[in-house]
Amino acid sequence: MTTKNIVRVDIEPERYELAERPTYYFDVDRRDFFKFLGAGALVVCALKSPGLGQESGRAHGRGDALPNDIASWLQVSENGRVTVYTGKVEIGQNIRTSLSQAVSEELHVPIERIDLVMGDTQLTPFDMGTFGSRTTPTMNLQLRKVSGAARDVLIAMAAKQWNTEPAKLVAADGKVADPAGNRSIEYAELVKGKQLTATLPAEDPLIPASDWKVAGTSVPKVNGRDFVTGKHRYPSDQTLPDMLYGKVLRPPSFGATLVSADTQKAEQMGATVVRDGNFVGVAAPTTAQAETAVATIQAKWNEVSQPSNKELFDYLRENTTNGSDPTGDGDRFESGSVDQAFSSSSHTLKATYTVQYIAHTPLETRAALAQWDADHLTVWTGTQRPFGVREQLAEAFHLPEEKIRVLMPDMGSGYGGKHTGETAVEAARLARATRHPVKVVWTREEEFTWAYFRPAGVMDVKSAVNSDGMLTAWEFHNYNSGSAGIRPYYEIPNQRIIFHPVKSPLRQGSYRALAATANHFAREAHMDEIAHSLKMDPLEFRLKNLKNERLRAVFEAAAKKFGWGKAKTGPGQGYGMGGGYEKLGNVATFAEVHVDRKSGEVRVKRVVTAFECGAIVNPDGLKNQVEGSNIQGLGGALFEAIQFKDGKILNAALSEYRVPRFSDVPQMETVLLDRKDLPSAGAGECPLVGLAPAIGNAIFDATGVRLRALPLVPDGLKAT
Amino acid sequence: MSIPLVVNGRSYSLEVDPQTPLLTALREHLDLTGSKYGCGEGLCGACTVLVEGKAQRSCVTPVSSVRGKKITTIEGLAHGDDLHPVQQAFLDEGAMQCAFCTSGMIMSAVSLLNRNREPSEKQIVDAMDGNVCRCGTHTRVIAAIQRAGRQMSESKETRR
Repeated sequence: MTTKNIVRVDIEPERYELAERPTYYFDVDRRDFFKFLGAGALVVCALKSPGLGQESGRAHGRGDALPNDIASWLQVSENGRVTVYTGKVEIGQNIRTSLSQAVSEELHVPIERIDLVMGDTQLTPFDMGTFGSRTTPTMNLQLRKVSGAARDVLIAMAAKQWNTEPAKLVAADGKVADPAGNRSIEYAELVKGKQLTATLPAEDPLIPASDWKVAGTSVPKVNGRDFVTGKHRYPSDQTLPDMLYGKVLRPPSFGATLVSADTQKAEQMGATVVRDGNFVGVAAPTTAQAETAVATIQAKWNEVSQPSNKELFDYLRENTTNGSDPTGDGDRFESGSVDQAFSSSSHTLKATYTVQYIAHTPLETRAALAQWDADHLTVWTGTQRPFGVREQLAEAFHLPEEKIRVLMPDMGSGYGGKHTGETAVEAARLARATRHPVKVVWTREEEFTWAYFRPAGVMDVKSAVNSDGMLTAWEFHNYNSGSAGIRPYYEIPNQRIIFHPVKSPLRQGSYRALAATANHFAREAHMDEIAHSLKMDPLEFRLKNLKNERLRAVFEAAAKKFGWGKAKTGPGQGYGMGGGYEKLGNVATFAEVHVDRKSGEVRVKRVVTAFECGAIVNPDGLKNQVEGSNIQGLGGALFEAIQFKDGKILNAALSEYRVPRFSDVPQMETVLLDRKDLPSAGAGECPLVGLAPAIGNAIFDATGVRLRALPLVPDGLKAT
Repeated sequence: MSIPLVVNGRSYSLEVDPQTPLLTALREHLDLTGSKYGCGEGLCGACTVLVEGKAQRSCVTPVSSVRGKKITTIEGLAHGDDLHPVQQAFLDEGAMQCAFCTSGMIMSAVSLLNRNREPSEKQIVDAMDGNVCRCGTHTRVIAAIQRAGRQMSESKETRR
């Protein structure tokens, strides 16, 4: 390899996330279902009066260009309630609350009076999707700006009405007050149900985090009561009058194509059967009837040979696509003189690390309810990308997007796993044929099999250090996992970093923290290996090679809380750390494990995490995200792995795919560093990346066994 | 076949196959969607309801096996606007993220506290291990159960 500099090509996170295309392309044109439709269809949803931006027919653009007018985002109703429109969606990360806090803070309205309309393609401004920890740095900021501008407009309106100076008035508690004149007026009275037509000013100072009163506090989940009473309707809970239940006939293996299908029995049972290309589905008045009907279908499939996870890592190395991954490009970075640095170094280390495919396993499986009214389609579905699903529906049904409305009721989690609209497309296809609303809810087995996975990957790492313990060279190859978090934050003069896209044997896509989990695991495990090979303390070695102050701060804070350096108190005990920088957040995670080499049991006893993501918007919500990341991360670190063979998933059930449970949960301590001087960043992903290496390094500390594969101990760690 | 069901104090008569899972009967036939489908194997606990005050996985309970028995779902736990202490404790502890597991968690917790108002952490973990939370709110759920137990001891909350 040459040492010339290679231009770095980043994978844009958004494009990475968009890799998955719809499963079906319908041949709908030759099937003229619409001649039946129209008259009987019900319109059950009373539309809210849309904001100006919506009325202008989706005038606002796509991508990062956010609409600039207040009315697109915010409306003050006559009853004094404030409605806020955002394309972001609530998937358990509690942004309905944190965004409400932002509005309350800047608009000076009590949070109880704020309603968020989220992820409704007809009412909310276009949004690429809820992923990449982008809500807090972008949407929270946007809604603060909008709310601040609205507050100023309201003050100006009151000033005009009272014929006084705006500077003499103050906004508080949903009112504008004139302290000198001893008078006040409700926002609602000023607005009188009309829209705030102003646009956002170019310069408008926001309330600094140090002065926050509502933001920055632990406001509880705004609609929490609806969740503890069972009142909230998740996507899978949606119903409509005359609704049917849909089931789809699944191929016996990935890549199989339909040869023939005998659907006579299903039809005789009264189910409506739809066959369109590779799609065979039924709709019936109950789930039981739909399941029975689909089970009677005799289908022949053409199956193709598929790799299994026995040969997975060899396959990944051998099937690189030379830069033509689904997102279009790979990631390369080179600096200094890597080959020269390695050849002149007396201390080099080489190791390979792997991660398996894992499943998101959101507790709510994919679900959608679809309804046609003539050639207009409305779909309620659980997705992180309602606008993306609208695009998929438009493509599948050859419709302009204006005729499609996708709504996203707050859903039962996603973790990056619900970027696609499979059930939306399936339900819409069945609804179109049956002339009824149709609901499709995937079984757990379908979710395990026909969703997509976190990419498996191989990481080859080679490093060189000088006699002072300073890193001099770093070569890092990642096959298939992805390039998120691939760049080291340690100071290394000579670096070669290459992401090798691979034609993945399984359908793969985004997962909470993306490839940052794999890349941090490899890097932080490798750092530990170097430290041990130098007989240096792993913390000292890291800090020696780390200049980034924010990252140093979390390592130091976590080490202090953990009591790094303390003596072990018993056999089988081990301590380890991992950490890093991802999605604008900084994390350090320290773990204590106990390994019983006789039984093979590995227990994570204690996890200490220090996290910093700028000014904290909601400390309790943030702590929940950090701890949740750690608990979810236990699965991928210790035991989660998808087993597959001949195009079939072999462990497509909770009885066969182990996820973390109460008995797995360690004692957790979380240190939140609140940097009020820095912009707020998201926290849904970054906290995950330190855990797996911390546990792996702790297992090494306990046993001297170096584990370089995730999951680390799916079958325990018995002495051999 | 007609199956008599008593859910949240109301009597119903369902014309369904006796093998129909109770969860399906609740969700599809009675439109009580607070109980959730998560796995269909009785292993995630999202579908948990109380049968005669005891937690049961409704997704693996044939509706015929609970005919005439007193079934309580999450929708029937509060007295009007007064939340059950376990519901209130989940709010107070912020023991939820996406909350899809929450109704099942609450029902399992009520069942535990019906038997034991002051469970140890170990007893809570044992009792709740069949309830999966993917968002990772476990430590808060434990805190909420302890809080609710204390509350119930004080107020002598009666069995539901």
